[in-house]
Formats: sequence, C-alpha cells, structure tokens
Amino acid sequence: MPKPFAITLKPGTSLTNLTGTWRTARPVYLDRLPPCNNACPAGENIQGWLFHAESGDYEQAWRVLVENNPLPAVMGRVCYHPCEGACNRGQLDSSVGINSVERFLGDEAIKRGWKFAAPAVSTGKKVLVVGAGPSGLSAAYHLARLGHKVEIQEAGPLAGGMMRFGIPKYRLPREVLDAEVQRILDLGVTLKFDTKVANIEQSMQDGGFDAAFLAVGAHIGKRTYIPAGDATKIVDAVSVLRSMEGEDKPMLGRRVVVYGGGNTAIDVARTAKRLGATEAIIVYRRTRDKMPAHDFEVEEALQEGVMVKWLSTIKQAGEGNITIEKMALDEKGYPQPTGEFETLEADSVVLALGQDVDLSLLEGVSGLEIKDGTVQVAPNMMTGHPGIFAGGDMVPSERTVTVAVGHGKKAARNIDAWLRGATQEVPAKHELAEFDKLNTWYYSDADKTVRPMLDIIRRQTSFDEVQGGLNESNALFEARRCLSCGNCFECDNCYGVCPDNAVIKLGPGKRFEFKYDYCKGCGLCVAECPCGAIKMVAEDI
Amino acid sequence: MLKQTEGSKAVAEAIALCRPEVICAYPISPQTHIVEALGEMVKAGELTPCEFINVESEFAAMSVAIGSSAAGARSYTATASQGLLFMVEAVYNAAGLGLPIVMTVANRAIGAPINIWNDHSDSLSQRDSGWMQLFAETNQEAVDLHIQAFRLAEELSMPIMVCMDGFILTHAFERVDIPSQEQVDAYLPPFEPRQVLDPAEPISIGAMVGPEAFMEVKYLAHAKQMQALERIPQLADEFKQIFGRDSGGLIRTYHIEDAETVVIAMGSVLGTIKDVVDEMRAEGHKIGVLGIISFRPFPLELVRAALIKSRRFIVLEKSLAVGMGGIVATNVRMAVSGTGLKGFTAIAGLGGRAIPKSSLHKLFRQAEKEELEPVTFVDLDWDAVNKQLEREKQTRRSGPIAENILHDKGIVSAKFG
Amino acid sequence: MSFQPVKFYQTGTLTVGNRLLAQDERSVQANQMRSNSINSGHRACQGCGEALGARYAIDAAMAESNGQLIAANATGCLEVFSTPYPESSWQIPWIHSLFGNAPAVATGIAAAMKVKGRNDVRVVAQGGDGGTTDIGFGCLSGMFERNDDVLYICYDNEGYMNTGVQRSSATPPAARTATTMPVGPEPGNVFGQGKNVPEIAMAHNIPYVATATVADLRDLEYKVRKAMRMRGARYIQIFVPCPLGWGAASHDTIRLARLAKETGMFPVFEAEHGEVTSVLKIRNKVAIEEYLKPQKRFAHLFGKHAHPETVARLQAIADRNIRKYGLLAEGGN
Repeated sequence: MPKPFAITLKPGTSLTNLTGTWRTARPVYLDRLPPCNNACPAGENIQGWLFHAESGDYEQAWRVLVENNPLPAVMGRVCYHPCEGACNRGQLDSSVGINSVERFLGDEAIKRGWKFAAPAVSTGKKVLVVGAGPSGLSAAYHLARLGHKVEIQEAGPLAGGMMRFGIPKYRLPREVLDAEVQRILDLGVTLKFDTKVANIEQSMQDGGFDAAFLAVGAHIGKRTYIPAGDATKIVDAVSVLRSMEGEDKPMLGRRVVVYGGGNTAIDVARTAKRLGATEAIIVYRRTRDKMPAHDFEVEEALQEGVMVKWLSTIKQAGEGNITIEKMALDEKGYPQPTGEFETLEADSVVLALGQDVDLSLLEGVSGLEIKDGTVQVAPNMMTGHPGIFAGGDMVPSERTVTVAVGHGKKAARNIDAWLRGATQEVPAKHELAEFDKLNTWYYSDADKTVRPMLDIIRRQTSFDEVQGGLNESNALFEARRCLSCGNCFECDNCYGVCPDNAVIKLGPGKRFEFKYDYCKGCGLCVAECPCGAIKMVAEDI
Repeated sequence: MLKQTEGSKAVAEAIALCRPEVICAYPISPQTHIVEALGEMVKAGELTPCEFINVESEFAAMSVAIGSSAAGARSYTATASQGLLFMVEAVYNAAGLGLPIVMTVANRAIGAPINIWNDHSDSLSQRDSGWMQLFAETNQEAVDLHIQAFRLAEELSMPIMVCMDGFILTHAFERVDIPSQEQVDAYLPPFEPRQVLDPAEPISIGAMVGPEAFMEVKYLAHAKQMQALERIPQLADEFKQIFGRDSGGLIRTYHIEDAETVVIAMGSVLGTIKDVVDEMRAEGHKIGVLGIISFRPFPLELVRAALIKSRRFIVLEKSLAVGMGGIVATNVRMAVSGTGLKGFTAIAGLGGRAIPKSSLHKLFRQAEKEELEPVTFVDLDWDAVNKQLEREKQTRRSGPIAENILHDKGIVSAKFG
Repeated sequence: MSFQPVKFYQTGTLTVGNRLLAQDERSVQANQMRSNSINSGHRACQGCGEALGARYAIDAAMAESNGQLIAANATGCLEVFSTPYPESSWQIPWIHSLFGNAPAVATGIAAAMKVKGRNDVRVVAQGGDGGTTDIGFGCLSGMFERNDDVLYICYDNEGYMNTGVQRSSATPPAARTATTMPVGPEPGNVFGQGKNVPEIAMAHNIPYVATATVADLRDLEYKVRKAMRMRGARYIQIFVPCPLGWGAASHDTIRLARLAKETGMFPVFEAEHGEVTSVLKIRNKVAIEEYLKPQKRFAHLFGKHAHPETVARLQAIADRNIRKYGLLAEGGN
C-alpha cells in the first residue's frame, strides 16, 4: 500500500544528504611518534611491542621488540630506560614500567626458547665485526638478519664486552647474557674469541670481508695523579669489575674508597661491599644532584650501606689512609678547594674516573679522524675510511649499553645499504606525540608496578640479582598502563563519538576510516581520541 | 435489538461492536457517560482485547489515539467543548498524519462564560482541521454513524468526528435499535492500516515538510474528503443492505420537492424543525427541510441541487462566527452562489438556549415573507443586551456582563443583589 | 610490593570500545554491527550532543530489544534534523506528532502493542528538555502516573535550541539565552527557578529513573539496557551539550558533558521506585570555572565585568549536588 505522501518517509534515506560538504577541516588518522620510542637509543618501537603485550601476546610483543634490539632480557636489567623518563604517563601518575615489561618479555623468550627468524635470503657479502660487546652483537644480529655473513672477532675469552666486564652480575646475571648472545649466534653468526684485531685492514683482507664494523669499546681505565706511598693499593674500576669475572676475585681489603661519581663508581662500591668490605666509601667532588650516576643506583647503593663523601677530592694516599680535601661549589657550580682536609682509613683506592678506548687496531688506516680519543663517524656510522664503520663506546656518544645497541643497528643498516651501493633511506620522523595531544581522561587510574627488590642482607652479602622481575599478571598490568601515545590502539572512541556515524570500523587490527561524505568536521573524534592519533587538517575551500 | 436506552449508552454499545482496540478517556460533560460505559465493558471483560486508558487530559487522549492508531490499533475517544479545544493541536495532527481515529463529540458550547449545554460551536471550530464531521439527528443515527465512521475513516485513512448534541441526545432515553455483532462484523472489516509502525518494516511518520511539498500534502487531504463525498452515500447504501434502515449519507431532505422556503440545519434540532414544518405544511406553507449530515466534507453540489428549485432558504444554526454571522450558513451560501436564492441566517440555541416551536414558527414565517435581517439572533433578549451596551458606553468598569444581565432580568441572588 | 588488581584493561570501560575486554563486555557502540538507529546525513549541527546521545541510547535500546523497537519523538532539534522531507535518518519505526505529546503517543503505541499481543515490541519516547520538562510535562507525568510501558528519554541540552536558544525550565541559572540576556544587575537566567525532572519522576514511584551524559557511554548504555529490561514507566535524562546554544566549540561537546559531571553540576545517578540506588562518583573534582569558561553562554561571568559572586553561587549549586547525592568517592579528591 502506498504510504502517505511526504509526511511518511522511508528509513535511513538521509544517506542521500552528503553532509561532508559542510566541513571546513577534516580529521585524518596519523601515527605520531611516541616519546618513549623517540627517547630510545636503540630505536625500539616500544609502543608497538607494548601493544601486543597488552593483549597477552607476549611472543608477538617480543618479536616486534627484537626487530630493533636483540637483547631484551639484558635491556630489561641494564638499560637506564630514557624511555621511561620521556613517558607521557609520567605526567599523569608515573611512567610506564617499560623496562620491567621488556625484561619480562626477554625472560619469557629465554624460558620459552623463542628463536629469531632465520634470514630469508643470503647476500653473499661478508662483514667483520670487531668486538662482541653490545654494539658488535647488535650489528652482527642485524647484519645476519639482512642476509649477510657475519664474523665477530673478540679479543677476550667471553662475549658481552662491558655487559660482562663492566656490569656486576647482581645487576645482570650471566646466564641471561649468555642466552641472548647464543640466540644471536644461532642465526649463523661466527664468533671468534681471543682474536685481537691488530690491524683492521689486514684482518679484512685476510678474511675477505666486504665491510667491517668496529666496536671495541672503552676498556682502559682513566688514571689521575694521586701522590701515594708504596703501601697504598690504587686500582682502576674497570680492572676490578673485569677481575670479578675471573677465578681470582680482587683483594680490596676491608675499607675501600672509590673515587668518582659515575655509574661505574657505584657498581664498584657495591661490588666491594659484596666482597666483604666493611666500609665502601665513594669520594666525589661535587654534590649528589650533580652526580652522573643514576639516582636510583645511588639510592640502592646507600641502602646497601655504601657511604659517600660529597664535595671531596683525594689529595693524597698514605699507608692505610687517604687525605681528602673538602670542596665548595662556586657560583658557576664548579667545585673549588677549600683548604679544609680530612683523613679516611682506606685499604685500597679504586679509581672510577672514566675509560679510554684502545685505538691501536686503527693505526695506519687511511682517512680516519681521531678526536679526544674516539673515532669520528659520519651520521651513517662510517668512519672516514670507506667500508669501515664504528660504534659503541669508541665513537663520541653517551656510553651506555643501549646506545651501543642502537649504534649496532644503525651501522648494520647502513652497512647493508653501502654494500648494495645505496644510501640508507631514513624515513622522516613522525611528529612527536606530546602530552597535550592526549586525552588522558580515558585511561584507567593505575600506579606503576614496583618491581620486587632482594632483601637487604642478601644484597649486602651476595651477588644475587637485586631487582626481581614482574610475573605475568603484573607485566600485563604494566603493559596496559601504556597510553599508546600517538598510535591507534583501537579503543573505538572515534567510531563511537562521531555524531554523524562518519567513522567506519574496519575490524580488529585494521583500525578505522573516515566517511568524508558525511563527516561535518566537528573535531570530536580528535578531541576524544585518547592517544592523539587523529588530527584536524584544514580543507582547501 | 431494540431497547430503551440512554443515547450515550447506545453509542457506547455501538462503539464496542466496532471492536475498538484502544480507547482513551477523559471526563468532560456531556460525553462522559459514553466512555464510562466503555470502561465498564473493558473492565468486565466484555470488550476484549481492548486497552482502556484513563488519560490526564484531552490533549493526551488524542495523542494516545494518535500513537495507537499509528501502531495499527483501531482507536476511539470522545470529548466535547473545552476538551475539544484543549486537544486541538493533536486534532489537526491526527488529520495531518492521516490516522483513522473516530471521536464522538458531544456538542457543547465553548466558554467563557463556561457553559455545559449544547450548541455546535465546539465541532464547528474544527471544521478546517481535516477531520470529517458527521452530525447525528437522533440517537439511532448516532449509533449508526459511528459504525459507518470507522468504515469510512479506515478506508480513507482520515479521522472522523461523529457529532451528537450534548444532553439533548447523549442524555436522552430513546428507543434505539442496537445492531448485532454479526451485522457490524459484516459491515466493518478488521483495520488494515495504510501505514503502521512496525519493526519489521520501519517507516518514519511525521516528517517536517517544507514549501516544496506542503501544499500537495494539504491538497491530498482535501482530495480524500472529496472522495468521501462519493463514498458516504455508498456506505449508507451498504449499511441499509445489512442493517435494514436508512442512516447516514451526506444530507437528508424533508418535503423539499415543492418547497419555496427551505430550512437548513444540523443535528437534533431537525426534529423540532420538522414538527414545525409539518404544522406549517398543514396550513399550506410550501416549506421544506434540508438536514446536513456531513458537514465535512461539505456536500456543495447536493446542497445546491436540493435548494435550486426553492426561492429562499434559512439556515438555523447553533453556532456563531463572532463578527461575521453564521458558519453553516456561510457554507450553504457558497453552495448556492450565483443562483440568486435569498438566504437568511438564524443563530439559535447557543449555550443550550431552548429553541421552542413558537419561535421557529415566527422565524420561518418571517423568512417566507423575506422580512428577516441577513442574520437573526433567535430569542435574543434585546433589552438586556441594549442595557449592557448602554452601561458600557457610560462606565468603563461596568461590571460583569452575565451578572448585569441577570440583574436586569431580575434573577439576582440576595448575596449579589 | 603494592597489591595489583587482577583485572585492568588500559582504558577499562572509559573508552567506547576496548579490544582487551571479552566480547560480551563490550559496548553496543563498539560493535561493527550496531544498528545506527539514526543514520548519517542528518542535519544536526557539527558536534551535536543530541544526535550523539540519541544514537547511543536508541542503539542500546535496539540491542536490548533485539531490534523490536518503536520510537515516538517530540518536536525539536532531534525531530527536525532527522526527518526533513524527503529524507529520514531513522532506521527504526518512528513517529513524530507534536511538541508536547510524545509520552502520550508512546503510551498509545504501547497500548496498541499490548492489545495485539506484541509484548516483544518495546516503546521509547524521546524529546529535548523543552519538550520534556516544559510543554510535554503534563503528558509525561500522566504516562509516569499510569506506569505505562514506555521508556522516556530526555535529551537535556538546557534550552530551546531549535527555536533559537531560549530558556527552558532546564536552563541553569546565569546562563545566557535569547530570553535571558546577560544584561541588568543579575545577567542571564535567574537563580531559584527551574525544575528537577528526574526527582519529579522519582516522586511518581516509577520503576526506574536515571541520569546519564554523552561523556560516559558505558554508563549510558548500562542504564538504557537496564531500563529496557524493566516494564512500566521509565525515565532517563541524558545530558547532551549543544555547541550552538552554549557557544562552545563543536569538539568540546563530550568534554563539557564530562565537566558537568565532574563539577557536580549534573549529578549522574539511578533510582528505582523512587529511591536512589547508585550514583556515578566524581573521578577528579574540578572547580565550576573550568566547566563555565569554555561556554559563551557564561562569558559574562568572566573578563572585564566579571561576576565572581555569581560563579560562587553556581559553585554552591554544584557543591550541594555533591553533598546531596554523595558524588565524591570515599576519601576521594
């Protein structure tokens, strides 16, 4: 029966009215760069792997993680996690425990025996990596995955570099390190121990290598002149930490003074404590807030009974004691001597004043530029000598494991490009997902999960790992604290809040699309997107 | 079945026989007895399935009927006077939406001054609402028109008011032939709506229509009433076949074949008029009667044809277009325009004022002699009116009109005197 | 070590969807197959809270009634922007009759369904605050009082927006409307007027009364679905900011609804048979200024000729709501 004219309408016929013509600005989806990713020296896609961890798909999370970094279990222990410092959640309650989730994933991978995917193709090219530290291992891993044949030549008897010889085992258990190194070797990477490269060009020629990546680290402890008697034992921190890996533990005595204010100073003081020192005293010439060591490590050291003499320098080392001079900061913040002295009992003095690089392997190589004891590299990590790349502590940069791993990745990708006669195309960085791009209302309230700490007695007496890991439920919790800054996590807000049904939900993993025929450009989707993955763009009118 | 019964009760029984599914009730005299009787039938389980809803106003009554009718239920309500005015917005809406609601209007005057007695000003105020309006002369006709109204309303998908004079018919005990259920069922098929709110086939009823289509919508409503002009006589014929009596139709004539003067009226006053006409005929006057049953649609052609052989007509109506004169008369004049027929308007019976035969005799004789003013106010107390007019001319605060007039007439309570 | 709750879902139920939740815990609006009861192409203003609230509510009612739903609509923005001839946005059986009679029309539909034995077909009526708290109030009260089987949804945008932003009995004090201009010693709408229809609804002892906002979809859906599982007269008042009428940015619609709740200006609660059974607690209490400032209808309270005392009076209203309904969580901020 025909319906009454005009007053009765067919359902849904408003679709013929294209309200998109009203629009003066259109919303567009975009991926913004999450601050964690931006801050990660290893270039990890942190938000990306947390996304999978959030749904409990830890293997996928791990696989996304190791696209950029093959050492998650190590990272989860030793990385100083600049990501967490940058984390937007820090402005909300406290930053996401990225590092602890990374460790959980790394440990889970070891526990489950997850392996890297074998390279799909072989390029037939050979690359020499010098040094089996974090940078060399990282480069080897990435080169291998890119299909190159990789050989690591390591001067020492064990892999890991500073991860083994610089970081105490209470921070990084060796079985964790070994497992992650082995997984890289399982990709077909050759690792030769006790092979010190004396002349890089010669080694390359001998092995028929098409390119080389140098990552020999900085293992020579810096020294300073301290007037001292013969009876005073003065050693450098690197040697102390390295000797911890051997059969004979260093003999530091009952009263140990550590000179310096970096993380190595902390490490060695805490090690001394564990070796039985009744007193481990750090002497540092400035104040706590100026100390280069990370505050949480200082805090842990203080908890364990390490003492610190702030604003002090060692003037003289005598028999069983040292003389320190009190300092005062001038108006520019530099320490100045006061002429006021104090005597401390000390069986040994450990110098933790930084490390130098052994650059002997580069002698005679043409085109190299050495400055301040480090090798200068171009933005693509190549030295002045074509085909020779370098990274890690031997190039100018912050000396951390994570930076070194990042260098390895970057170098590997550039070596790959260089070998192909190409230039590595670095896609433009996405715009940063700043806090003000977020609508944090939508995130559940949840404070950071605190990782369990070993009890204090065992921390003072053993080398057991101090910081525990998360279990699955709290790792999941922590992952879910991620705000997914700048990247759609399919919360459906845009799909829901559009008054004009102008958003199409494409289904799990496929995100959304705008129906611009109907979008009036109100901007609600942008305002209510929790993670800032939509922006308004003016229409050309 | 013949029975001696109250008009309201008879109408209620007729409605029940039409199997209404939703009845909305709000009390206002003089329609109250109808819905009271229906409510009792529903509550007793005699009328089932049917929802009887005691609403909070006439506006709600019509609105509930709009909803139930749009949802496919045969819907009925009744009202009068102020009640009709209170629901006016919904009255127009029901017609605009083409919902075949049937409503009894127990005709009653409109205040102020408040007055519960019969005239036609309530229904006639809604003459342009889009509703069809059928006026019953007797209680038997009221019964029959309701049955025909449901059939017509649902066929055309337009609402109908069945108008019956308040008190004069609603409260009168007369002999009425109440039809059987079988007869009504044979005449009135189940309601098959032209449009219905149904989740299986969604539609949007009640769109906003702009200048581009509004006139067409209105024309279509008009066209439906034009169709009704054809269907009403046919339905009356069908009714006769099943029920065996003449009832309904557009107009009803009485002795007009040779009439030189035709009296035109609607509703129960036609009975009195016919008595007077009989008496005048006996005296040799060539006078006849034209009763209008269907005021909307207005049967222009039939009225013209009925009057064309006469010399003059007088419309006796229970309504007043203030500032203008008659309402029915205006419609009749439209029907005879160009014929040169002499026409008179007589306003009578407002607010229940009795219309005695003596007054009609006098009026009709004056009409025959064409001694009437164009508009005559039958039995108006000119003395009271003129005194009040004089008072108002002299004193701005001349006091309440009704009380003044009562005072003038000597009907004054001690308290106010 | 701090105790962690076992269930934590990143955004929990604050976002429209959440891929981490079980399917049966997800919202209607997150569903790809949601009914979109009011379709694209409607002519609501950009960022219209009412269009959004209507889809939220009616889709939820559709989900709960398995698509067996009929709606009656009062005159107003929602009606005008959804059904201008020759196009309708509605995908459900829908009728518009008049401004003031939607509850009664719905009663009629419900009666028709009952008499036809279609107990599966459910009826909603909807209107704006003008159609509900003012002109339709008689019919609404009648529908309540008879306990007719209708869910009435009021989309409250605090004024007559369709006619050009005039005051209604739901307009807050001090607000500028076309009939309460910001002039004279007490600019804007006067204090001490207006009516609280949810509470009046409760006084009818009907089975269910609730308030909700477009800023909390899950709460809104929960209430609509709960209401739909009940029989008898039910009332839900949904707070739907109006960018045009309030002089707010079109992208601020949800934010303003959120602020109305978080300030205490719009208490969100539910009541059964006349008794409040739950309130939605304030999560982060905010001062009234934060809610008022983005709205031009309150602009006269700030700036050069500021009215701090009027702002304080509005804050007092919010504070009273907080006290009265207990809107702050235990030990809450």
